[in-house]
Amino acid sequence: MSGWTPGPEYPPEPPRPPAKPGVSSKTAAPAIDFTDGEWHRLHPATPLLKGGLALIVIIGIFLNSAREQLVEFFLPGPDGRRGGQSDDPVGYAVDHGLLLFVVLGIVALLVVIVAIFYVSWRMNTFRVTADTVEVRSGVFFRTNRRARLDRIQGINVQRQLFARIFGAAKLEINQAGNDANVPLAYLRSASAEEVRSEILRRASGRAESEREAAGRAQPGIAQPAGASGVLEKRLNEFLAEPLGEGETEPRSVVRMHLGRLIGSAVLSGFTLFLVAIIVAVVVSIVTTGEYFLLFVFFPTLLGSFSYYSRRVVKSLRYSIASTPDGIRIGWGLLSTSNETLPPGRVHSIRLSQPLAWRPFGWWEVKINRASHSSTKGADNQANTTILPVGSKEDVTRVLELILPQLVGLSAAEADAAEALAAGHTTAEDVVAAQPELAVEKSSETLSLIEAGMTSSGDEGGFTNSPRRAAVLRWFSWRRNGFREAPGAVLLRKGAIWRQLIVVPLPRVQSVGITQGPLLRRLGLAALQFHTVQGPITASIGALDQAQAAEFFETSAAHAVGAARADQTHRWLEGVGDAPSTSGQQWPAPDPSFRRVDGETS
Amino acid sequence: MTDRLDLDGASWTRISPKYKWPEMASYALSGLVLAGVSAFTWFTGQWWGYALTAGILVVTILLVAFTPRRVRSIGYQLRDDDLLVRRGIFFLRFVAVPYGRMQLIDVNRGPVVRALGLSDLKFVTAAAASAVTIPGVPAAEADRLRDKLVELAETRRAGL
Repeated sequence: MSGWTPGPEYPPEPPRPPAKPGVSSKTAAPAIDFTDGEWHRLHPATPLLKGGLALIVIIGIFLNSAREQLVEFFLPGPDGRRGGQSDDPVGYAVDHGLLLFVVLGIVALLVVIVAIFYVSWRMNTFRVTADTVEVRSGVFFRTNRRARLDRIQGINVQRQLFARIFGAAKLEINQAGNDANVPLAYLRSASAEEVRSEILRRASGRAESEREAAGRAQPGIAQPAGASGVLEKRLNEFLAEPLGEGETEPRSVVRMHLGRLIGSAVLSGFTLFLVAIIVAVVVSIVTTGEYFLLFVFFPTLLGSFSYYSRRVVKSLRYSIASTPDGIRIGWGLLSTSNETLPPGRVHSIRLSQPLAWRPFGWWEVKINRASHSSTKGADNQANTTILPVGSKEDVTRVLELILPQLVGLSAAEADAAEALAAGHTTAEDVVAAQPELAVEKSSETLSLIEAGMTSSGDEGGFTNSPRRAAVLRWFSWRRNGFREAPGAVLLRKGAIWRQLIVVPLPRVQSVGITQGPLLRRLGLAALQFHTVQGPITASIGALDQAQAAEFFETSAAHAVGAARADQTHRWLEGVGDAPSTSGQQWPAPDPSFRRVDGETS
Repeated sequence: MTDRLDLDGASWTRISPKYKWPEMASYALSGLVLAGVSAFTWFTGQWWGYALTAGILVVTILLVAFTPRRVRSIGYQLRDDDLLVRRGIFFLRFVAVPYGRMQLIDVNRGPVVRALGLSDLKFVTAAAASAVTIPGVPAAEADRLRDKLVELAETRRAGL
């Protein structure tokens, strides 16, 4: 966060845990390097941040009720001891000569609590090795969780208000699945950034030699020293960009306006719901003369205000930017969180526009993703919303960040494989041409998406439902359509509540086609693209049976090809090596499709 | 009525016809139990109590009667790059699962199915909606199929 300075100075490195067998006790590192493959402890203030707040409260309560006695003890009044305060527990204890025991008891309790927190902090260690991140925790029940780096779905750096005061941050490594996150709570703010960038660097499969070149002496600041070769140079250009390294906030490509945020919240479906309730309550009061519904409704009203305010406050400092390790999305005003999604971790994208947003041209962008971050936004926004509200231009900018890695590369790869098989080109040419091809492909997809946002009928190359589907899709049969774009499937739905679902082919888990009795009578069929669970269900109904069957076959075949070409689990593998001849490895990505606002840097 | 949905050039491997027996038995049993429970409504002396029971019995008989056709409709096909599974007569469903997308394969054998020498195969992908199962495969065939699919998934491994 800009203008945010770290809190208290991080004390010198805590005593290392006793050397584990097989772990060399490398010492004398000037700065703490959390990613050297050895076990490390978390921020010493962790016990305080995690639960120690209660401790302060207990002490506070005690001091508050013992205030009079303390004052008297240190400043004895002329009257000596006052008696008869037996309603006050402290007074009672003093009167009965139990003060010593009470104080001893409380001190002992505090010592025990502090000891427990201290021991749990001592026992909570983590290490980051070349392939895994591993956390050990627990005192009586030991837990050891190890996560593979190439399966990372995202890394979240959270700074709760209280933690921010201490200059601490919680790092959360998200893996696919429920309760599959690896939390590192808490680290010093800057360390969290360093650990994140180092983990992502390793997960990306970037070459080891580059890491040496980046200079271990200044962790977190990638200083190209002695880098050679065009590929490394290109890479270092990225790394040199001040994108969230240290305390600098990456440049957001979308600006949030307060007016637009408030407008979008007020014009949301929730407001319709609220208005419906108000109308129902007013009608019932007028007709029956009973007021009890008002009391039932009152909490809802209060709740709605908090819903609106949370939505607005949460999104107020929303930012989205591109970093060498994926898209970074930041949220929050007081408690902030920012999340890095490595390339290709988006399983489907939905652009949607409720009717009330149409006059303003606003859109919302949501995604499906495999991991479940523990950060909850307003209606879980932080998890799945990547653009709470934005104009068409904002949507374009956001998609420009996501698409190249998601659909561009696999589309380019598929094309290249075809050309190779046909013998039109050589492997070296393919590798050399791929970044440009990927940009080209993704911009093609993007233009198709833009065309599909508001179009209907066969505009933009979509195949829409036939006329006979109007029975099922009264208003939207013209709009209800699909088409394949390079590396993705586009599903266009809804005449009133406009939606455009983008399913990247490399992320499709399976494809389904269904037909119930009604659809069968009409000669229609429905298509489903199964992706990981999330707010988006990529399905489209009421399509012509023959067209749907054909699309089912082609998209199923293309999904297989795209999955094979997909390299995003090691998204920068091969960078820094000589271009390989296999056609499977990737050269350094071209800056032009990494950064939208390339001219600013 | 137009032609039903079908995919061209598909040669389906059908599951064992024996699988209709456990299916019919389970429909008949659950239908009878429901009918038995609904019989308590007879004590109200209302006409709809009898109608309810009769309705349940009719639906049960229809379900049982269609079970052999439904079981015949279940089929699968190992294509070059994906497994294609279909099922249903009224509610048709085709699903294509690329081999590389299979996260795990279950072979389940309940007591009745085992008595008939069959196994149920269940495929799990990262998407819960895939819900691909092939019930009633002869046990030896099921094991062979599983091994083959695991091997295929291994050679075509993809990320999530």
